[in-house]
This record gives sequence, C-alpha cells and structure tokens, in this order.
Amino acid sequence: MSANPFRWLADNGDAVLRAARNEVGRSVVVPERRAFLRRTLTLGGLSLLSGCALVDEESVENALTRISRFNDKAQGWLFDPQQLAPTYPDSLIARPFPFNAFYGENEIPVVDEEGFRLEVSGLVADRHAWTLAELRRLPQREQVTRHICVEGWSAIGKWGGVPFADFLRRIGADLSARYVGFKCADDYYTSIDMASAMHPQTLLALSCDGRTLEPRYGFPLKLRIPTKLGYKNPKHIQAIFVTNTYPGGYWEDQGYNWFGGS
Amino acid sequence: MNLKTAVIHPLWLRLTHWLNVVAVIVLTLSGWRIYNAAPFFPFVIPKWMTLGGWLGGAIQWHFAAMWLLAGNGLLYLACNVLSGRLRRKFFPLSARAFVADLQAAWHGRLSHADPTHYNTVQRAAYLFVIADTVLLVLSGLVLWKSVQFPLLRELLGGYEAARRVHFLAMSALLAFIVVHLAMVALVPRTLPAMIRGR
Repeated sequence: MSANPFRWLADNGDAVLRAARNEVGRSVVVPERRAFLRRTLTLGGLSLLSGCALVDEESVENALTRISRFNDKAQGWLFDPQQLAPTYPDSLIARPFPFNAFYGENEIPVVDEEGFRLEVSGLVADRHAWTLAELRRLPQREQVTRHICVEGWSAIGKWGGVPFADFLRRIGADLSARYVGFKCADDYYTSIDMASAMHPQTLLALSCDGRTLEPRYGFPLKLRIPTKLGYKNPKHIQAIFVTNTYPGGYWEDQGYNWFGGS
Repeated sequence: MNLKTAVIHPLWLRLTHWLNVVAVIVLTLSGWRIYNAAPFFPFVIPKWMTLGGWLGGAIQWHFAAMWLLAGNGLLYLACNVLSGRLRRKFFPLSARAFVADLQAAWHGRLSHADPTHYNTVQRAAYLFVIADTVLLVLSGLVLWKSVQFPLLRELLGGYEAARRVHFLAMSALLAFIVVHLAMVALVPRTLPAMIRGR
C-alpha cells in the first residue's frame, strides 16, 4: 500500500469494491425472487424495450402496478365468503410438508414459548397481549387443505387452531375495518382483507399435522388461510392489528399481488 | 365477387387478430417464467426466452395480459357468432372432407384460388385453436382462483391437474402457431389480407 491511503483508495477503490462484492455474493445467495420490480421489463437478460424510446420502463411498471391493484378489486368482488376451499382425507397429507420461506432452514427464528405474547392492536376493543396457554384454551378446529404457493406448487397439509373469525370477534375487532395486518418474528409482514379474515376456514394455527407447530412451520403461531396463496399465510406471528390504512406486505411491496387469493 | 376489392377479413377480425397476437406473446413468455418457478416436467424454459425478469414481474405481466386475451377473445367470439361469419366460414365440417383436404394438402394439390373460402383443414384448425384458447382461459381461471370456481376445478381434475392442462393447452396453441406461420410463409398474400383486409 502506498504511503497515502487516500491516493491508494482512489487508484484501487473499484477493485476493492469488486472483491468485497464477490465475497458478499459468495456468502449471501440472494434468492432471485427477492429482486425488486426494476427487472419486470427484462426479457431474460435483455431489456425488452432497450433502444426503444417509445415507452420508458417506469411507466410500464406503473401500468402493471395499477392493473395489479385492479386485480385486487376484481378478486375482492369474486370472493364468496361462503365458498369453502376443498378439504382432503388425512391419507393425502404431504409428509414431510415442504418448508418454504424467504430464507434458508438454518435461519428459522427461535421463539421462546414462555416469554411469547401475541400483541393485538389497532381497531380492537380488547388489546391485551395473549399467551400461548390462553390461545390454546380457546375452541380449536382442525382441517386438511391444499396450500398453494405463488410459485405454482401445492401441498396438502393439516392445520389446527383458533378460527380467526372467532378470535377477531373475541378481541372486539371492528369488523367493518378493511385490513388485518400481521408482524412476524422473522421480520415478515403481510395483510389481508377483512372478508377473507372472517372466512370460516381461516385459522390462527397452533398445530400442524396434529402436533404443536414446529419452528419450520411457524412456531408458535401461523395464519392458515386456504383461500389465499402461501405468502398470505404468515408464520411466527407476533402481532396482529386491525386497520383501515393499507399495510402492504413483504412480498406485496416488491410486486406480488396484494389480494393473493385463490 | 371481385377478389381484388372484396374484403376478405373485416376490420373487427383484423383488430382482434393482432390484439390476440400481443396477448399470446406476453402470456406465453411470462407464463414460461412462472412455469420455471416450479417446473413439473423435467425441463425449464431458458431464461432469456422469458418475460418479467423474476416471478413477481412475470405474474404482473401474465395477470395483465389475461384481461386482453379474455376480453378480446369474447369480442371476437361475439362478432363471429352475431355476424354469422362463424357459421358461414367454418361449417359444414365433415370428417370425410377433412381427410380429403388433408391428403390434397399433403400432395401439394390443395387449392388456394379463393382466399375467402376456408378448406376443411383450415376450418378444423381454426375451430381447434378457438376451443384451445377457451380451454387456456378456463384452466387459467382455475389456477388463479381455484377456490372460487369449484365446478371448473373439478371438471379439470383439481388444481394440480389444471396446471398440466394449462401447460399442454399452451403447447397446443404454439403447435398451431408454428403451422399457421408456415402456411403464411407458403402463401404470403394471406399476410397483407390480415393487415389491409384484402
């Protein structure tokens, strides 16, 4: 290194950055789907509209986002609160049920059972925080349904827990509010419409396949909502809030459709 | 009828044809990217051939162009049925005439003298691709909203079966397009007819 570190950095800065990026790239494999909307327009590696000044990327991105908002409305309109997702016999349950998250299995959060409190906030009458024991004492239901991932694959699983409509009524939630939002121990967050939240098959799940929810399936608490895609089924829920302000979601903010219904 | 001035393809047909081209290109390329996220056959589509960049982008394209395909398709069907063109152009349709025309085409003897008239192979091919597109839309509905369309879902054999149906219907559409483009290359004057109408 030369005597003047600033001179040295000016000469070699780019190379240092490149080396650092390579190092980081090797240890952190960023999943492809974490990429942001910027790449929507690419046709493979090439920009679809490269060299074409007629349409700029941003206006196409905005148009696609507006259509996605329109699709939210269309799905809200199509949604029938009485229409049940198909249920299946236990013999069709996928074992082991596939693990899926925006991180690897070695990064599954560890939630302490004793210290756990489910926070409830927003447009609700009763804001007391719930222990797991309290939640387990509520009437439970179990159902075998198909989990459909946005990637296209699906797997049948059995989840048990508190019907979410019962829970929302119990905490005195404003059922005319538009959204129910979730914050999770893995920094995941998402939100759903009130109609889907009140669907008879929507569960605040405490168990999977008859056993206490394993960490990989979202211990201690997961929303199991068979009328929506997998990314609308948050795991490791720590807080639930009822609101009229659009809360978005981890994937939704990157471009996945917000309603995400099936 | 004077073939030089007679309109072979009315304006609504040409419009819906080219809008359909746009919809099919966007849906196919983005659909391949969606397929790649969880392939159910032992292959993936090369990424450079796909549209959307990542799964979320591909889905945005796909769920935008689906409205164009379905809306434009309904407009086409409505105009086709109400104008009487469907009945006039595509029927009668007999198996015997189909085989005869197919053999004639194979031996290069199928006449194209009158571009306003579809031979039986053409009739069958166009009716097939209409039915195939309807199947694409219906199976797509099951994939998009499998809970909300239970009858359709069960008719297609469930969610997972509908994924295969959707993919195979796409493959059949592409097979049609390959033959369709080959025919346009063989009889080039059909191309200006689809642009200018005559």
